[in-house]
Order: sequence, then structure tokens, then C-alpha cells
Amino acid sequence: MKKNAIIDLKNISVTFGNNQVLKDLNLYIRDKEFITLLGPSGCGKTTTLRIIAGFIEPDEGEVIFEDKKINGVPPHKRQVNTVFQRYALFPHLNVYENVAFGLRIRKVPEKQIKETVEEMLALVNLTGFNKRNINSLSGGQQQRVAIARALAVKPRVLLLDEPLGALDLKLRKDMQVELKKIQQRLGITFIYVTHDQEEALSMSDTVVVMDGGVIQQIGTPLDIYNEPKNAFVADFIGESNILDGVMIDDCLVDFSGHRFECLDKGFGKNEAVDVVVRPEDVDVVEPEKGMLRGTVTSVTFKGVHFEIIVDIGGFKWMIQTTDYQPEGAKIGLFIEPDAIHIMKKSEYSGIYGDYSSFSEEFDELSNAEEEVEE
Amino acid sequence: MSSRSSLKSKLVASPYIVWSVLFIIAPLIFVVYYSFTDASGAFTFENITALSKYAPTFLRSIWFGIVATIICLIIAFPLAYIISQKTEKVQRTMVMLVMLPMWMSFLIRTYSWMALLQDTGIINNLLGKIGIDPIHMINTEGAVILGMVYNFLPYMIMPIYSVMAKLDYSMIEACQDLGGSRLTVVRRCIIPMSMPGIVSGITMVFVPSVSTFYISQKLGGGSFDLIGDVIERQFQQSYNYNLGASLSLVLMVLILISMAVMNRFTGDDEEGMVI
Repeated sequence: MKKNAIIDLKNISVTFGNNQVLKDLNLYIRDKEFITLLGPSGCGKTTTLRIIAGFIEPDEGEVIFEDKKINGVPPHKRQVNTVFQRYALFPHLNVYENVAFGLRIRKVPEKQIKETVEEMLALVNLTGFNKRNINSLSGGQQQRVAIARALAVKPRVLLLDEPLGALDLKLRKDMQVELKKIQQRLGITFIYVTHDQEEALSMSDTVVVMDGGVIQQIGTPLDIYNEPKNAFVADFIGESNILDGVMIDDCLVDFSGHRFECLDKGFGKNEAVDVVVRPEDVDVVEPEKGMLRGTVTSVTFKGVHFEIIVDIGGFKWMIQTTDYQPEGAKIGLFIEPDAIHIMKKSEYSGIYGDYSSFSEEFDELSNAEEEVEE
Repeated sequence: MSSRSSLKSKLVASPYIVWSVLFIIAPLIFVVYYSFTDASGAFTFENITALSKYAPTFLRSIWFGIVATIICLIIAFPLAYIISQKTEKVQRTMVMLVMLPMWMSFLIRTYSWMALLQDTGIINNLLGKIGIDPIHMINTEGAVILGMVYNFLPYMIMPIYSVMAKLDYSMIEACQDLGGSRLTVVRRCIIPMSMPGIVSGITMVFVPSVSTFYISQKLGGGSFDLIGDVIERQFQQSYNYNLGASLSLVLMVLILISMAVMNRFTGDDEEGMVI
């Protein structure tokens, strides 16, 4: 199972003061993969990254790099490099010297430094910026210099700590595509930390969802989205309606007062479960044809689709549909067996998945708060 | 409207203009005037040509100033770094401790050092009690330089500290991350980024060290005449204002030259300059 593992974290625990940041974390990272640590602020993702970089020593557990334990090895002796959140470029040096910094420390011959720096600046599309002062660059350009600087010393693993957090949306999307290309071209391992689920899904080979210092789920973006392990993952990645249900039998589940066919097996008879239905997987039909019936309580136009909130027996569902439904309309919902995903009950059950308190403003507020904390 | 407001702004600025004319420009003119006249007020180069006699004193002042500045830098740089790495509360306390001696008079502090260093002073008494022969400390070059270092050290610590306190710690991490050992981090990262503070610290210690006059009299016992002492004597004892003025003028030019040389080292990075 651990073939090709370049980094292996075993039973890592970290406590700051009386706040346990990581609890018995186990994670291995395959060579040449793009892996993302995803979670809300304070989930321990940055701490995990800093442990790999060597800036934090874990209180317990082992950090293995290519079968060698590297606990206690200082950052400058590790074959990993970091792209810092706020770039951390050296203001007293120009673009060329910033990128050359690591090579000069390694006493690389001048000719080779020049070659590498030019190559790296070309890689991040900054050819010709050699003599520019760091402070005269835009945020996006500074970010590129930071990436070039870290890549110039040819690390085996590149660590990226929310590198796009300070950029605007358009630039962020461009950089996502570019980062993925760079990673594929260089064929090295990228470990990427973010709280942006969309970023994680679109760039990664593997996504590690974390919360409260514990890994909630590891998987491909598709797995994480389609087969969330618990209510936290289902809620954090995309939008989800999460309902209390009872597993009647294999492939038969009861929720919202209706029995549905589904594809999930292996639960106990009459076991209480969490049921996830993604808003885009629900079909809106005539009330009499629906498996469930409810009243539309709010409609928001989103461009590609309408986002409607439907009250079904007191539980508010979010549904994405291309057909306009006016507020107050009675509609029916039709759910295919493969649109239903069953999860075991967890500590997160009952906290997420109801859209009765949903408002965009609230969502944005909590996002802003997150960014300030980071 | 605009002429009225410009008149107003002139009125507001007038106290400062009067102040600087009275206390900065006028004295400078007097210095230049006295430098090139004799006691009767006739124009002469005599004062300037007489200066060659004081060349050794100039050299000694500059030499002592350089030594004191280097020692201050060696003490202040690590100290400022240590302070800047502490929590904010500890930083405030440590900065206050650095400033504390400056709340006492310069004269009293220098007298205290006399009491400490004398052949029968406090240090030698203590040494005698534990059976060590007295060490001759007062009236030596070392005592004079000690006095300078002690008195001017805070002027070196403060500017370096204020630059270091603002350093982004992630830059130090970035330097380690790119392969920098502890020594490399200091050499390639902390020193270059603290340069504005270092330059203003050097200026703030070197300038008063070169021109000081009291320390060498009290701790050097008169055997290490510095240029400041000579100038003081011209005004206080010989009443040769003309020679005193020309000495001052030359000292001022020398200091300006050395400051210009220092600023060269930092190029255009002068944000940290306090003076």
C-alpha cells in the first residue's frame, strides 16, 4: 500500500500550550503526486506542512523521508522547499538574486546559477524581470518569484502554504492551472495547503480533508466529492443536503418519510445513518410525480442554474435546477438511487446539512473571518 | 484666497524659521566667520594653517571613535536581535532597561565610572578583598573607550532593534528553507535586512564619540586629549575663539565626509536613517 511513499508521517501529535493541534496523524505521500491538505482554519493543515518543512518538531511520532527518519533534521538540510503564504521574498535583493539565493548558498558556479535562474524565470513567465525590485512587483508576480526561488534549488518536494490566498479570483484561477502544469512538467511532489475546496478539487491527485487536528478523509477529488465519509466532509466539499435516515436493508433507506432505493450495502439492519443528497442530483417534477413534496421558500439565480431552497416537512433542502420555480410553488422531488450516498453516523451528525439558516451573506462573513485568522 | 492661505502658512511656519535662523544658521555663520578671522577681526588663514599641530589629536579622536563604534556594534547587534525575538511584554521591559541609564545625567554616569575604576576605587577594593592585586584601569585608553561605549551604546541598540522588530520572521524561515545554516541566516538575511538600522546606529555613536570632550578628561586623566577637549579649552581657558571655531569647522567637515561614506554603503536605502 505504501509503494513510492516519499514522505511518511507516523502517529504525529502536536500540542501548542493546551491546544492539541494534531492528534495521532498518519499520512503518507507518494512521490510525484499533487496532494492537497484541505480544511478550515485551525484544522492543523499548516502545522502538518511545517512539520514536513522542519519548522515544527512534533511532540510525538515519526517523520520519514525516503525510509529515513528526519525528526530533528533542521530545515536547511531537508530536500523540501516552501512557498510561503506571504511570499517572504528578500526585499534587499532583486528578482534575479532572490531566485539565485539558494544556489549561492550551495556555492553553485556562477554560470550554472545564471542558467538555472533564467530557466526558472521562464518557467513562471517572468523572463526579463531579472533586475526588477521586489517591491515594484504585483502580488501575482511576487508569488511567481517565490515559486521560482523555491524550485531553483531542485527540491524533491515543494510545500505550498495557501500560496494563492492573497490573489484576486481571476488571477487565482490562472495560477491554479499554471501550478498544475509546472508540477507535471517538473515531475516533483507538491504538497498544497488550502481552505478553498474548489482549488483542492481542481488541482489535486489526492485530497486530505482535515478538521480538529484529525484527518477526516483521504482520496481522489472524485472520491471525496461522491463518497464523503462523514457529515463534515460532505458539508465542507460542495453543497450537501444531509438527512437522518434509517437503513432498512441493503440498498433500501428510509428518510424524510419515504423509502428510497439506493446503491449502498453493508450497514446493519435498521441502523441509523446520515444520508447525503447533492443539490444538483435532485430532479424537480410535478408534485404528484415526486417521491417527496415541498414548498419553495427562496430562489437565487446563479447564472448556470437556479438555487432553490425547498421546505420538506420542516427540513430545508437546497436544490440546483435549470427550471425556474417561483417562491411558494409546490413541487415534487425525484431522486435516483445513485444520487443517494449513505454515511455512518459520526460526531458531526446533525451539525451540518440543513439549509434553514442558509444565507449567502452569512457564508461570506464566515469566509472572511477564516482568512483573517489564517 | 490662495495668497491669503500662503500668507497664513508663512505665519504658521515663522516660529520655526526664526528658530532655525537663530540657533542653526546663525551659529554656523559665526563658526565660519571666527575660523577665518584673527582676534582683531581681520581676515586670515592662520587658524587653518595652525591646525596641522592638532593632526595627531584629530587622528586619535577618529581612532577612538571607530574603536568605540565597532565595540558598540558588536555588543548591540546580538542584543538587539535577542530583544526583538522576545514577546512584546519582555521587549518593552528590555527596551526600557536599555534606555534607563539615559535618564541620569551624563556627568553623573561618567563620575560613577571614575569611582569604579580608580586605583583605590570600588572594583580594586573588591579585588583586594579576594586577594587580587589592584589593576590600573583609570587614565588608560581602555577607560576612555569604555566611557564612550557605555554612554553611547543605547544609540546603537535602539535603531538596530527598531528595524529588527519589524523584520518578517517568515523571511528568516525562507532563508533556512533555501539551505541557510544559522550563520548563513545571520550573514545573508538578518544583517543585510537590518542595514538601515546599523547605519544609523553607527552614525549616532560615531559622531558623538569623535567630538566628545568630557569622557577623556575624567576617565583618561588628560593624557588622551581628544579634539573635543582641545576645542573646549580654546573657548573655556585660552579664549581663542578663532582657533576653536576653525577646529570645530574641520571636525564638522570630517564628520560629514564620514557620514557620506557610510551612506554609500547602503545605497539608496535610507528609510532607517534617524538623523
